[in-house]
Amino acid sequence: MGKKLLIHNDKVHGIETLEVYRRHGGYASVEKALKTMTPDQVTDEVKKSGLRGRGGAGFPTGMKWSFLAKPEGVPRYLVCNADESEPGTFKDRYLMEKIPHALIEGMITSSYALGAKASYIYIRGEYFYVARIVENAIREAYAAGLLGQNILGTNFSHDCYVQVGGGAYICGEETALLESLEGKRGNPRIKPPFPAVAGLWGCPTVVNNVETIAAVCPIVMMGGEEYAKIGIGKSTGTKLISASGHINKPGVYEIELGIPVEEFIYSEEYCGGIRNGKKMKAVVAGGSSVPILPTELILKTAKGEPRLMTYESLADGGFQTGTMLGSGGFIVMDEDTSIVKNLFTFTRFYHHESCGQCSPCREGTGWMEKILKKFLNGTAEEKDVELLWDIQSKIEGKTICPLGEAAAWPVAAAIRHFKHEFLEIARSKKFVDVSHYDRLNLIRR
Amino acid sequence: MKVTIDGIEIDVPKGTTILQAARMIGPQVAPPAMCYYTKLKTSGGYCRTCIVKVTQGSTANPNPMPKPVASCRTEVMDGMVVQNFTSPEILEARKGVVEFLLINHPLDCPICDQAGECKLQDLGYENGSAKTRYEFKRREYEMIDIGDKIKLHMTRCILCYRCVKTAEQFTDERMHGVVHRGDAGEISTYIEKVIDNDFSGNVIDVCPVGALTDKTFRFKQRVWFTKPVDAHRKCDKCCGKTRVWLKGEEVVRVTARKDQWDEVEEFICNSCRYDHKKTSDWVIEGPSPIHRNSVISQNHYQNLNELKVQIMKQQKALGFMPIDKKP
Repeated sequence: MGKKLLIHNDKVHGIETLEVYRRHGGYASVEKALKTMTPDQVTDEVKKSGLRGRGGAGFPTGMKWSFLAKPEGVPRYLVCNADESEPGTFKDRYLMEKIPHALIEGMITSSYALGAKASYIYIRGEYFYVARIVENAIREAYAAGLLGQNILGTNFSHDCYVQVGGGAYICGEETALLESLEGKRGNPRIKPPFPAVAGLWGCPTVVNNVETIAAVCPIVMMGGEEYAKIGIGKSTGTKLISASGHINKPGVYEIELGIPVEEFIYSEEYCGGIRNGKKMKAVVAGGSSVPILPTELILKTAKGEPRLMTYESLADGGFQTGTMLGSGGFIVMDEDTSIVKNLFTFTRFYHHESCGQCSPCREGTGWMEKILKKFLNGTAEEKDVELLWDIQSKIEGKTICPLGEAAAWPVAAAIRHFKHEFLEIARSKKFVDVSHYDRLNLIRR
Repeated sequence: MKVTIDGIEIDVPKGTTILQAARMIGPQVAPPAMCYYTKLKTSGGYCRTCIVKVTQGSTANPNPMPKPVASCRTEVMDGMVVQNFTSPEILEARKGVVEFLLINHPLDCPICDQAGECKLQDLGYENGSAKTRYEFKRREYEMIDIGDKIKLHMTRCILCYRCVKTAEQFTDERMHGVVHRGDAGEISTYIEKVIDNDFSGNVIDVCPVGALTDKTFRFKQRVWFTKPVDAHRKCDKCCGKTRVWLKGEEVVRVTARKDQWDEVEEFICNSCRYDHKKTSDWVIEGPSPIHRNSVISQNHYQNLNELKVQIMKQQKALGFMPIDKKP
């Protein structure tokens, strides 16, 4: 059994209430941090821990915190990004639904480290019931004196608010999230300035993922150095992986970073192998936007070493033969899966979710979807594969925010590794399936 | 601060963007811009036509920037080295952007009032390819009147946000904005003819394409048949300095004066724009400076025969043979 730090007591009955949570050692990190440590000490522990952002980019959290500008007389904010909308990722929902106090505990501790008087939890619109759970937890925390004026008798005061989004993927991008939080249209801002300098209402702001903030509590409790001992190299600690697809046991798993991918897929502790005894075809390792990898490349790197569940090992070989850990949305596909159909689903999503601010993403995603639809209804030609490749290369890296890349990478990787499938469909003029498209198209405007 | 753009070095003050620095050097290095507007704060960064490659970030940090950057929103650093037209990568990327902008554009230039002074036409000719690879139905919208005198033809819009920012920054209350998301997004007011403001007409001038047109001028005249002259009148609302477009003795349209980069010099009021359509209302200063390559300068059709003779004379002098007389 691997070590569990975040969801070790998720099966405890009533853990969503403050009473049970405290009985199981909850809010100890708040007490420890507020009463025995200075804010800088907490930041130092996070730096020492090597914790990396769990939202997808994997940027070191301690470094992000130290970039926060601290001008006199200007408030600072902590914003929790709970707008988890990447297809295949549902770890934050699980955490907030089961143990909402773990997030609030992390929010208080992190806000103390950053010196933020107010913090916001931005939850995606579709998670309205989760927002209710978190709001209940916040109410309990206020009643117990863990939030509000002079927390636990110290002179640290803090307010925490929940804001529910309107259900847009783009608001998971940190600057679009801030725009939305300010009550504006959720369009990403042009950087620089970065949120650490001018974020929410022009004030210095740190935006962190739910899991990142929750991971601050065990770091404060066990110390940064101890936390850094878990994992391999620069990938320290534990990570929540939301496993889905054609596996026997889909669900959210907490893993110690560094276990082999093969073990994660086939061991009984985690995914439990492929459903119905089928063979595995491909894996999307970190949420729909990261490049898809065929079986031989996901289990072993191009050099022949076994691939591990770490930021570095999964990225080994760049995008030619590697992928990314991303947000931990682990989607496994068996041998019967059509990569083209799967890609169409992903691309349709990005087309639907593009904010339309910059032209390559606005026009390109829709174009790619239309071409992929040609593949599905059997009217595609071989030259369409080349066209698809050209379009994705003209979106990637030319947009304001990473949604352009998120839309381009899956297309690039599918063509890179499964070009034969595209060509086969184009040559045979086979009608794949459009029924689900038409059904969904009715829902769309 | 010293910055090198396409091999030309220039000294610029702190806070200058790459695009502004390139414009200071001249049009030979200035990247095209569809959404950026010097007079509008926070404009730019959306269309991605002005992307450039930064091969050296600054003297202090000589690393190149990993991705192409939007030159209109990136400030220069001391010792920055920028490639614009000299980078094949950028030219290819820009070609892609032009293609993206055009795939849903109706290309109805023959019936579009903006034809002849359209930034998208210029961009397409200069940076695009002659053929499209797009084979699907183009996006279409109904035309709406967003103001008393302003027609919105959303089908032509490239979502540059200029009009939104103009309304936000130069009028008291913004009545229109972008509704919906992605490629379904559109400029709209929700309620028709709601824009009623003394300076609302300026959205027509800032529109780079024919999406917003002047209803008092629609279908009256092609721009290259009209003669632009700079004129002024005494106006208590605005500066009164305008460009009056004449057809013979008739004033067909009044716009603000535009500079070399097709940007409005001074915004004008609706009264000057719509209500003063008599030559006697204006004090004419003289012909407007129009670029010699602009189609507006080429309106001397009556001299076509003369032109032919001239061309043949020049060809003869250079030793060219007329095509049909080649052996």
